[in-house]
Amino acid sequence: MRIGNILKASSRSLGKNKLRTFLTMLGIIIGVASVIAMLGIGEGSKENIQASISSLGTNTVMVTPGTISQGGVRLEAGSSQSLKREDAEAISERCENVMFVSPVVQKGSQIISGSQNWRTMVMGVFNDYFSIRNLNIQIGIGFSESDDRSAAKVCVVGQTVVLNLFGENVDPVGQVIRINRIPFKIIGMLEKKGQNAFGQDQDDVIVAPFSTVQKRMLSTTNVNMIISSAKSEDLIENAKNEITELIRQRHKLTPDQDNDFTVRTQSDISNIFGSVSKVMTILLASIAGISLIVGGIGIMNIMLVSVTERTREIGIRLAVGARSRDVLIQFMIESVFISFMGGLIGIALGILVLELIARFGGWPITITVFSILLSFIFAAIVGIFFGWYPARKAANLNPIDALRYE
Amino acid sequence: METLIEVQNIIKIYKMGEIEVRALKGISVEIKKGEFVAIMGASGSGKSTFMNIIGCLDRPSKGEYFLEKANVNLLNKDQLADLRNKKIGFIFQSFNILPRTSAIENVELPLLYNNSISNKERRERAYNALKSVGLAERTSSLPNQLSGGQQQRVAIARALVNEPIVIMADEPTGNLDSRTSYEIMEIFQKLNENGITIVMVTHEPDISQFAGSNIVFKDGRIITNTSVKERKQASAELKKYQN
Ligand SMILES: Nc1ncnc2c1ncn2[C@@H]1O[C@H](COP(=O)(O)OP(=O)(O)OP(=O)(O)O)[C@@H](O)[C@H]1O
Ligand SMILES: [Mg+2]
Repeated sequence: MRIGNILKASSRSLGKNKLRTFLTMLGIIIGVASVIAMLGIGEGSKENIQASISSLGTNTVMVTPGTISQGGVRLEAGSSQSLKREDAEAISERCENVMFVSPVVQKGSQIISGSQNWRTMVMGVFNDYFSIRNLNIQIGIGFSESDDRSAAKVCVVGQTVVLNLFGENVDPVGQVIRINRIPFKIIGMLEKKGQNAFGQDQDDVIVAPFSTVQKRMLSTTNVNMIISSAKSEDLIENAKNEITELIRQRHKLTPDQDNDFTVRTQSDISNIFGSVSKVMTILLASIAGISLIVGGIGIMNIMLVSVTERTREIGIRLAVGARSRDVLIQFMIESVFISFMGGLIGIALGILVLELIARFGGWPITITVFSILLSFIFAAIVGIFFGWYPARKAANLNPIDALRYE
Repeated sequence: METLIEVQNIIKIYKMGEIEVRALKGISVEIKKGEFVAIMGASGSGKSTFMNIIGCLDRPSKGEYFLEKANVNLLNKDQLADLRNKKIGFIFQSFNILPRTSAIENVELPLLYNNSISNKERRERAYNALKSVGLAERTSSLPNQLSGGQQQRVAIARALVNEPIVIMADEPTGNLDSRTSYEIMEIFQKLNENGITIVMVTHEPDISQFAGSNIVFKDGRIITNTSVKERKQASAELKKYQN
């Protein structure tokens, strides 16, 4: 039988059962649409996370106390709170590949200004911190080295803090606020940075000189982390190695001892989140894939019903000279057509859903050719796979048994 | 005349679990080209079983079947399909035409499985076949818009359309009244005059008299094979109705 005629025969029999054809297709449509939507959301959030990781700063290398085992479980955390200000100063002096270094201490604090109060994170850092994190001062000035030496009670505030303490469009510079009852003078306000991918408000922060925070607010010489930046992107790995060596020396670790600190570059961090969101994407897509398989089972179910219903038709076709192959192809085309059409409509629906999510939910989405191809090919395979058995069943019928079927 | 169909000692056993039904118990017969044979016999005597085998719809359990001297037992499934497509036209008691499909499309069906025929030729031949059975006006009618006799004529047109050498009809008039049966017989006799061999099963002694010879089955065996002495002419019989 010519392919054109087979196509005609298949499309006629599908057309005779429009509602059934559509309902069968619906399984595939929903399957494909959800694969596309899930991949789109997964990919989108991955890109968003990458973007916010790079907003952490440029060429950043971070040192934190304690080690992280391969599974991500922090080991010996308590016993090795061992990073000091001097480690940061040593990095600054001795590491050639490092441009800026700052130790970081932080403390959640209650801020009071007049009758207003607000809880936020107060960070104690060196001047370099602003350069590492790409923080700019919108109004006023940053602090100086002498502020650090004298542990001056000055600070730079983020805009969320200003909004909550002083209201909108107020110049806070020169005001005095109380941080944990200690009066601090505001000398500058940061430019707005907005939220990062993890939903943190990056403007809800107060930055003060390192010594001020450490001496006046904390009772320890340990620092929470040391943040630094390499001189260029190419030197990030060198800087990481240099820092590792230096701190090992300073901590007097013998070669058989593990690091009691962790050095991470920005790409290490983005790899961690990358693999997390990859797992998420795979998880979401496989749930969607399962719905596609369920759709395929729907096709198989309907095709089996159809073969049973049309046993006499098959018998007639065989009796007038159809070969088994002709019958096989006719039924295969029907199931493949259902899955192809379902695939196409599903792609359209999936893209529509993603657009709606992006527009009304504000979620980041990404539609890739890969996800479209993947879901379409998957749908086609599902159609062929689940259409095969019913079509075989039809093609293997004996003409006389088929004709006699009631 | 040349031999068209030759069967030797055909046996057909249906197995239904433990039970074996011996439907044919050794049939040997020869049918020549151009013959018009009626097969008679009681219900269950194996007539349909025999027809299905010589119509290449089924295979015998034992015995030889030669169609135009070729051993049909040696053919594979696809070759049997081609035989059914090109050499044999089968007509059933229950018409067996596709529902919800127009008369002409039903007639076109065998030609769809014949790749050497163009779409245009297919239409033409289907139309001519319908015309030859007197249904030129009803090409686009659906089966449920046609009477039983008209549906059977669609089935006959479908059997004719591939220009077979033999027509096998299993009780073609079984569901029709006598006048319509005569109309069908008229078509058969005309086809037979044009050289097409016809093998027809019938229960009605009346109808068997339109054939050239009668074979009688009993219990899976042939008991008589006689030629019809006073053969009836369908056109003459039909004239009686017009008065
Ligand atoms: N598919 C089958 N499975 C089992 N037994 C069958 C099958 N087809 C026919 N038979 C049996 O074979 C025997 C012959 O059946 P067949 O249909 O050939 O009779 P028939 O002469 O055509 O009868 P009728 O005049 O009623 O059509 C019967 O006993 C029947 O029950
Ligand atoms: Mg019968």
